[in-house]
Amino acid sequence: MVLAEMPSAGDEETGPFVNVHVTVNGAPRSATVETRTLLVHFLRENLSLTGTHIGCDTTNCGACTILLDGKAVKSCTILAVQADGRELRTVEGLETDGKLHPIQEGFIEEHGLQCGFCTPGMMMCSVALLQKNPHPTEEQIRRAISGNLCRCTGYVNIVKAIQHAANKMAGPSGGGRP
Amino acid sequence: MTVHGGVGQSIKRKEDARFVRGKGNYVDDVKLPGMLYLDIVRSPYAHARIRSINIEKALKVPGVLAVIRGKDLEAANLAWMPTLMSDKQMVLPVERVMYQSQEVAAVVADSRYAAADGVVAVEVDYEPLPVVVDPMKALEPGAPILRPDRKEQTNRIWHWEVGDREGTDKALKESDVVVKENLYIPRIHVSSIETCGCVASFDAMGKLTVWMTTQAPHAIRTVFALVAGLPEQKIRIISPDIGGGFGGKVPVYPGYVLAVVAALKTGHPVKWIEDRSENIQADSFARDYHISAEIGATRDGKLTALRVKTIADHGYTDAAANPSKFPAGLFHIVTGSYPFEKAHVEVDGVYTNKPPGGIAYRCSFRVTEAAFTIERMVDSLARKLGMDPAEFRMKNFIPPEAFPFKSALGWEYDSGNYQGALRKAMDIVDYDALRKEQAEKRKRGELMGIGISSFTEIVGAGPSHTFDILGLKMFDSCEIRIHPTGKAIARFGTKSQGQGHETTYAQILAEELGISSEDIAIEEGDTDTAPYGLGTYASRSTPTAGAAASIAARKIRDKAQKIAAHLLEVSPDDLEWKDHKFQVKGVPDKAKTMAEIAFAAYTNHPPGMEAGLEAVDYYDPPNLTYPFGSYICVVDIDKETGEVKIRRFVAVDDCGTIINPMIVEGQIHGGLTMGLAPALLEEIHYDENGNMLGGSFMDYLLPTAVETPKWETAKTTTPSPHHPIGAKGVGESATVGAPAAIVNAVVDALAHLGVTHIDIPITPWKVWKILHEKRAA
Amino acid sequence: MTPRYSIAQEVWGVIPPRFEYFAPSSIDEAVQILDRFGGEAKVLAGGQSLLPVMKLRLAEPRALVDINRIPDLAHIREDAKSLRIGATTRTNDLNDSELIHARYPILSDAAYEIADPLVRNMGTVGGNVSHGDPANDLPACMLALGAHFVVRSPTGTRTIPAKEFYQDTFVTALESNELLLEIQIPKARPGQGNAYVKLEKRIGDFPIVGVAANLVLTTKGTIESAGLALTAVGPTALKATEAERHLVGKAPEDAAFRRAAEFAQEITSPVSDLRGPAEYKRAMVRVLALRALHRASARAHGGA
Repeated sequence: MVLAEMPSAGDEETGPFVNVHVTVNGAPRSATVETRTLLVHFLRENLSLTGTHIGCDTTNCGACTILLDGKAVKSCTILAVQADGRELRTVEGLETDGKLHPIQEGFIEEHGLQCGFCTPGMMMCSVALLQKNPHPTEEQIRRAISGNLCRCTGYVNIVKAIQHAANKMAGPSGGGRP
Repeated sequence: MTVHGGVGQSIKRKEDARFVRGKGNYVDDVKLPGMLYLDIVRSPYAHARIRSINIEKALKVPGVLAVIRGKDLEAANLAWMPTLMSDKQMVLPVERVMYQSQEVAAVVADSRYAAADGVVAVEVDYEPLPVVVDPMKALEPGAPILRPDRKEQTNRIWHWEVGDREGTDKALKESDVVVKENLYIPRIHVSSIETCGCVASFDAMGKLTVWMTTQAPHAIRTVFALVAGLPEQKIRIISPDIGGGFGGKVPVYPGYVLAVVAALKTGHPVKWIEDRSENIQADSFARDYHISAEIGATRDGKLTALRVKTIADHGYTDAAANPSKFPAGLFHIVTGSYPFEKAHVEVDGVYTNKPPGGIAYRCSFRVTEAAFTIERMVDSLARKLGMDPAEFRMKNFIPPEAFPFKSALGWEYDSGNYQGALRKAMDIVDYDALRKEQAEKRKRGELMGIGISSFTEIVGAGPSHTFDILGLKMFDSCEIRIHPTGKAIARFGTKSQGQGHETTYAQILAEELGISSEDIAIEEGDTDTAPYGLGTYASRSTPTAGAAASIAARKIRDKAQKIAAHLLEVSPDDLEWKDHKFQVKGVPDKAKTMAEIAFAAYTNHPPGMEAGLEAVDYYDPPNLTYPFGSYICVVDIDKETGEVKIRRFVAVDDCGTIINPMIVEGQIHGGLTMGLAPALLEEIHYDENGNMLGGSFMDYLLPTAVETPKWETAKTTTPSPHHPIGAKGVGESATVGAPAAIVNAVVDALAHLGVTHIDIPITPWKVWKILHEKRAA
Repeated sequence: MTPRYSIAQEVWGVIPPRFEYFAPSSIDEAVQILDRFGGEAKVLAGGQSLLPVMKLRLAEPRALVDINRIPDLAHIREDAKSLRIGATTRTNDLNDSELIHARYPILSDAAYEIADPLVRNMGTVGGNVSHGDPANDLPACMLALGAHFVVRSPTGTRTIPAKEFYQDTFVTALESNELLLEIQIPKARPGQGNAYVKLEKRIGDFPIVGVAANLVLTTKGTIESAGLALTAVGPTALKATEAERHLVGKAPEDAAFRRAAEFAQEITSPVSDLRGPAEYKRAMVRVLALRALHRASARAHGGA
């Protein structure tokens, strides 16, 4: 096995670099990264927010879902630099002052998770859904999470978890906007 | 007095607290100072000679520290390693690659991104060789021999058979009706949302710690010790939180070994996390069974005999993690829920230029293949006889009074009530009304189908007289220690990947010890602290480690009884364990709780007795357990496009005593979805050059919340007579039982056109082709 | 047309190659950068087509020009003659627009079926329209609607009709130094109805087949003009010109629609791949064309 020299920091052959400043879960954070650094790696490695997960390499599984300016997006298919100056919300930002977000409560109460790997992305997507549509029908829920794959739960209890959160957040009510 | 969190309660899961906060500790979350990254160069060819591997450019890539090639490993005798079936597999090839995406070289760099750049810069010169992808062709004379290293120059790995060949042949010849079908169950890939990976790190004392996505940490530790020559006490395998296993995280993948080698050579921790594409294209697949089955019956519908021949496509080496005596796993449960007097099964394993594996998709060691076969054949036979498939099954089921039942292929089923489960499913779905509806729709030319699957599962491997993996017996273990303040910790030789062991094991112990489940900490997965076990797969945890928990707890109760007697100043025989405490018989007020006894174990134990309150049990199950169920699926087919829509799916499962109904239901939901997937969506294809077509989530399509129906579940409860709390495993039942129900429903919808079988996955165009040819569209 | 598979043979990866990054705040700046790099720079809008391809290292542009900071490139508005959609309008914005639902439902039909909701939050209409992938859903809608694309280069602005835009697989009329600014669609008229129907193996997947239909009826109820276009059955989205000609003057009924569907089927050259054999796709063109035309007709009559 051939060993090369351990490279020194700040090698000019790497980069180009860019400074990225974001607000994450209400707090200003920044780091200098390569222009090609993906947002999910920026979160996990530069900001040590490992709650957002990576499950695929073709933008399909949704395990990396976070909120970017309130919209649910796949952070594996966004450059960190595209998020410069913007607001991000990750799973770590759901709890406030030690109190769980209703979506987190819903997932626990309704057994909406098993291995937990898809769960952060699933919850962030759900938070965005409920912000836009506080009383979604079951069909609307299933559609909304169709970009988030789960291998463990079979989705039945995930739907119940989201309904649980909807009821908690908006009060029980039937129907929803088409 | 009921204990909080005892058996049968749907308490919420303890582990959820960290997962919903994003505080799970998965392997890719592990970050160590000075950690390096390993990425792998893979072969684009399914079969090729390696002329050269040029790493000059790769070594110049900024951040790259090292490149490992086969010849580097060869020097340390590590280029090949044993598989869990005592075949051998390459860690890195020296001469030849044997499947597309095979590991060819490994790049070690100071960042994930630099490692990826390094991989792209490695230049490999290949000389393509003739490719063998068809296992039937692989067995023909003149086929290229894929494994010249083997003693016998053939692509047949092994031949295995069981049952009465002559008796079965005779019985079939004498049967009034015989149905024959060829069933191909294609390759699929389990694709848990977390891929495989590890972090390998040597400390200053030369101790190796590997955080690894593994379902069987102890077995891995022993294999590493034997293969790499490292002393076993200097190896620690930590299986932290695992994002789904389903069997895909049992094998030892080359990436793990490469990370350990890299950690050794660089003196730094090394992380390897595979991409999804690597996971699908190189890691253990499942199924790939070419089955030919024949089933016979008398003219009035009594089953007589079953004959099954199978060609098993194993890829380039036998790395299916089966118990060693069973290269075809537990496939010979194929007699299913029926008392065949004569049966014969033979399986031939075959080498091809594809990745190795075979049992990684929630299959209970090939039980998915077996249940699919028998439930399809029974349906076909019922149709041939003109009998309703439910009625046919009821007529033939092993009756409840026949248990324990010895099958013609050697299994002793512990308990069952197949009629009860099917009856319940039929009632829930209103079977008669559905048949009426179908008849009316058929008159109008609308396509609707009803499919039944009444499967028998076999889990809990297994008794030491028959079961081992690489010689390691398949017991499992539980070690409990109760603290002075009455709380407890228990560690197990299994490893949850989402099944909720932190909750369910605590419930078993709560019931046995009278301690709240909240006060019992459950740990698994660290080989430094957990008692030895064979891990979690094939639904074995409850049957083996769950039993060990009960027995260990009862050992503690034996000692506790003596301490209680000492505290109450009575003889131990005067006490009984009632309402989760020790009471003086007939004087319920004179009692001691486990908490009081625990305190006394450290402060006031009887003279001559050791202090402390702990026990360990290594449980050797006396038999496997046999969960079962009946599923009914209703489908509607779009005549123009061939799309199959599942209108309703009712699943009645029986897993004996249920520890946590909420968790069991979750397992059924997930298992059914993994039964839907191969039935309608998933398939791994290879072209004639061994190229995998569609090896990413872009083309390998998993079910989403939109395709997945609202599963309806129900239960019957028939305890296992030999398990300490009557429980059977359940994690895989639904994946075992569901596909046949779905296929039977589609065939049922098209049966009036003469259809008897459709190979899975049932794509819209397969249905369309049938309708088009029958001019029914 | 090459079959659609994720490429297994050459690269396994998730990390893009290096590139220079620009985030101009004006259109002129953007096209100047594109011009400077002479074809080696790519526009980054939503990135939902570009970044996956870069992660697989199938595209290695030297520079990315992020156009998301350019003001007023995202809008949905009608003026006297047209519906105008800005290039960086997000796909989901089509779903959220009452105007689109009410008057151009073909676009919300299509948008609802493109990829998944998360990808649609980032992916842009401009990207889906100009990427040149025969499996993108919006191009057929553009062809059926008779859209025009407003495009800027360093030398000025030009307008390209959709029917001249799609030249070959991943080859469009857009030059490497041009930036798509806006899509202009003839303003919806009374008696107009349109629809997009997509057949897919699983939700969020690329289409097996997609059909876009646009009908304008005369006051007498016959077809004044028709647009019919197909997704995923040729090297580009295909305009079914013969079918459209056949429909003009006919009553919007099954007989005419069936004949039009047959005409549409004849121009296809689908490939057998993981999304079905060619003969199935060809047959599905007829099935979907019929469904799309009926739905367009129902909407033209005031239905939904």
